[in-house]
Amino acid sequence: MALLQINNMRKSFADLEVIKDITLKVNKGEVVAIIGPSGSGKSTLLRCATLLERMDSGELIYLDKKAAYTDDSGKAVYAPQEILKQVRGYFGLVFQSFNLFPHFSVIKNVTDALVIVQKKSKEEAYSIGRELLAKMGLSDKENAYPYQLSGGQQQRVSIARALALNPHILFFDEPTSALDPELTGEILKVIRDLAAEHMTMVIVTHEMNFARDVADRVIFMDDGVIVEEGTADQVINHPKQERTKAFLNRFNN
Amino acid sequence: MEWSVILNKLAEGMVVSIVIFVLTLLLSLPLGLIVAFGRMSRNFLLRNFIKLYISIMRGTPLMLQLMVVYFGPYYVFRIRLPNEYRFIAVIIGFVINYAAYFAEIYRGGIESMPVGQYEAAYILGYSKTQTFMRIILPQVIKRILPSITNETITLVKDTSLAQVISVSEMFTQARAIASREASVLPFFAAGVFYYIFNYIVAFAMEWFEKKLSYFR
Repeated sequence: MALLQINNMRKSFADLEVIKDITLKVNKGEVVAIIGPSGSGKSTLLRCATLLERMDSGELIYLDKKAAYTDDSGKAVYAPQEILKQVRGYFGLVFQSFNLFPHFSVIKNVTDALVIVQKKSKEEAYSIGRELLAKMGLSDKENAYPYQLSGGQQQRVSIARALALNPHILFFDEPTSALDPELTGEILKVIRDLAAEHMTMVIVTHEMNFARDVADRVIFMDDGVIVEEGTADQVINHPKQERTKAFLNRFNN
Repeated sequence: MEWSVILNKLAEGMVVSIVIFVLTLLLSLPLGLIVAFGRMSRNFLLRNFIKLYISIMRGTPLMLQLMVVYFGPYYVFRIRLPNEYRFIAVIIGFVINYAAYFAEIYRGGIESMPVGQYEAAYILGYSKTQTFMRIILPQVIKRILPSITNETITLVKDTSLAQVISVSEMFTQARAIASREASVLPFFAAGVFYYIFNYIVAFAMEWFEKKLSYFR
């Protein structure tokens, strides 16, 4: 079953075309890794998929809800706000720079949206939040504030925050890029654990080994198009396209 | 005149100064936020109207503004207002002047917020109002507090400008006593009063800043 379907997405910033006709489907339980050089459009693709950026044309469908379609003039038309609000409830996003709320304690960061957006009781929200923090190995940090945590701990809080709302799909935008090298492991482990639980995830990453291990499908993007797509073994170990080979070579050296 | 009488008169004036101070803060802090939204509006007319208003408020003396608010209704529209209008005019003058300054402080604070905070709130499903009230505003307040403290301390001293339309705040009283007694001492006494007033204000603001130091 497709949880996310993107059809013919196009996006330009001023004269620069960043996404050129991308079609992508994500099935339930799938882990998709998107790799590619910086400026290849992978972050923009993620931002369009999560409604942070509006595409110029194309179709965006989550489960049964059409968030956007292309009208006869070729322009993307977005669904009304009420629908988009429901659609936003279908996915979560983990940012490169965490974007935790600095004035909220760890537990409040994780539970506030449950109370404010999902209208759950504080007790229920806290029990969900505590369970997730335990899973992230952060039970003792519940009352700490973000500035008191390491980057890796902050990123784990932000993953807990995203999971608290029980999304169908979780997006990661280079979740380890802002971390010191010795801290990336703890985040990658959390994502591996989630993959083992068959959480549907789309991960933009520069960690090739990690992508190889965790992803069911790897997408290599360059210059706004999907150059190559397949299993991790196909794309990373045995790339067919020249551009993919060149990119991976640069990585290995 | 006895010192006790002098101090009594000054204290009477000080009560008026304090009332001007408190009312101005209570009204101009929220009004400033609304003005800041107008200043950042996408509506061309509204944004430029607010820009002009702020520029006039900052570009002309507050003393003159108080005179315009007080004398304007009569000299422009021939409207006779009751004597109580004197005090109301002071409050209006101070509030519209300070709201302009506060608006620019709010704007600076709001525009300095990283876009990631809005994006995180959006993804989590917060409405625009919820995002502003729960996520943005508390952080903005912490950022702008030192500037607000500055303005607040200036306001304490600015209350003395109310004398220009003969509202008997502390400085008006000091001047009256000084001319009656042919002495400058009442001015010094008033100076001490202002200093104590501001010492308390600075202490309160510092306490508030400390209260907000639980996050960074």
